[in-house]
Amino acid sequence: MQHHFNKVTDYDTISKLFFDGMTLLFGGFGGVGTPPSIIDCLIDTGVKDVHLIGNDAGFPWIGIGKFISLGRAESLVASHIGSNPMAGDLMNQGKLKVEFSPQGILVERIRSGGVGLNGFLTEIGKGTQLAYDKPLINIGDKTFLYEAPIIGDVAIVYAKKADTFGNLIFDKTARNTNPYVAMASKVTIVEAEEIVEMGELNPEEIIVPGIYVKHIVASKEKGYNWKWKWEMQDK
Amino acid sequence: MGDARQIIARRAALEVKDGMMVNLGIGIPSLVPDYLDPSINVFFQAENGILGMGPTPLQNADGNLSNAAGLPVTILPGASYFDSGIAFGMIRRGFIDVSILGALQVCSKGNLANWIVPGKRVPGVGGAMELAYGAKNLIALMTHCEKDGSPKIVKECSLPITTFACVKKIITEMAVFSIHEDGLWLDEIMDGCTLADIEDATGADYKISTSL
Repeated sequence: MQHHFNKVTDYDTISKLFFDGMTLLFGGFGGVGTPPSIIDCLIDTGVKDVHLIGNDAGFPWIGIGKFISLGRAESLVASHIGSNPMAGDLMNQGKLKVEFSPQGILVERIRSGGVGLNGFLTEIGKGTQLAYDKPLINIGDKTFLYEAPIIGDVAIVYAKKADTFGNLIFDKTARNTNPYVAMASKVTIVEAEEIVEMGELNPEEIIVPGIYVKHIVASKEKGYNWKWKWEMQDK
Repeated sequence: MGDARQIIARRAALEVKDGMMVNLGIGIPSLVPDYLDPSINVFFQAENGILGMGPTPLQNADGNLSNAAGLPVTILPGASYFDSGIAFGMIRRGFIDVSILGALQVCSKGNLANWIVPGKRVPGVGGAMELAYGAKNLIALMTHCEKDGSPKIVKECSLPITTFACVKKIITEMAVFSIHEDGLWLDEIMDGCTLADIEDATGADYKISTSL
């Protein structure tokens, strides 16, 4: 069904939305919920000097880790990189700038950008190395860190189901940062395991309303396209 | 003395009481469920979006259902899934009764260092700062000393701080300490250890609990 609200497209089309030097927000937590087919598409475009923002550095062969390992990211804002030794090596070689953020604070920074606010105050991280040069704000007798909002050029999101308008539902722990990432970029691209017509999702169960979504592609294969560490150990 | 990690996990399991909301960090804390009294019921929270996490599946792991370490898990009746914002909202707001985290160093004021060894390991902070900030009770688990014998319980942390004045209890394979406004207290000595062993292996002053 073709109509004005149909955002379903193909990988050729979305590959033209990535550009050198872009700020890319990615959903996912340890690779779970990072869109596997979009990651492959991103790698194939050859884009470089990308500023990445997301929960973590994935694994070397899973999620955003596949892209980071190619050395084409300029910087990464994340809560940890422990699962991807390649990211640590690139950082130590001075090839990848890493800014660490407390995990939930990073999510709230993305949310703040996504909902049109101007950041927020928190005590978390105050006095530690992760305060970086963030402004300190005094209110009464308390001092807070100011955390700035985040807006990306492009966001990539993984959903269990999307309707053609971009209403989204997620799968178990693959939801994680995806709902906030979806709201916080100029262009949001969703990879959905299944795409249905408008009206087929129960409005009560929609997690992200389609207003935030610009483009939708179908996953190239069902589920995820990598082997977990324990699967490789077992076999 | 047995495997230090297992000794620590077994003792830490006694801190988990019926009805609690519990968050376990990666490393030694992830071994704690193996030692829980089967008669108690708790909700395990995973900061990647589960309240009501169950044991490791025996087979057919679902790629979209994992814990915060990326390992496959199951859920129990009453469980819920939620996004990362909600996950950390409940953590910061103080709804987690006990958070059990691995540690690299803890000082006698309860400062926790567990996110970086400059020039060596740079894993990153993950959710530790917020768990340490919000949890009603924060328990740090670690082996008593580094491999080279240097103490991890210290006067001042030499490693970068994760969160200041947050640790309430330290459990090692040698001892259990609690941290109060007046400093560090030695509460328990593990089997096979003596007061002198602990004295040698601890880098901070402490008082000895009257229960000993």
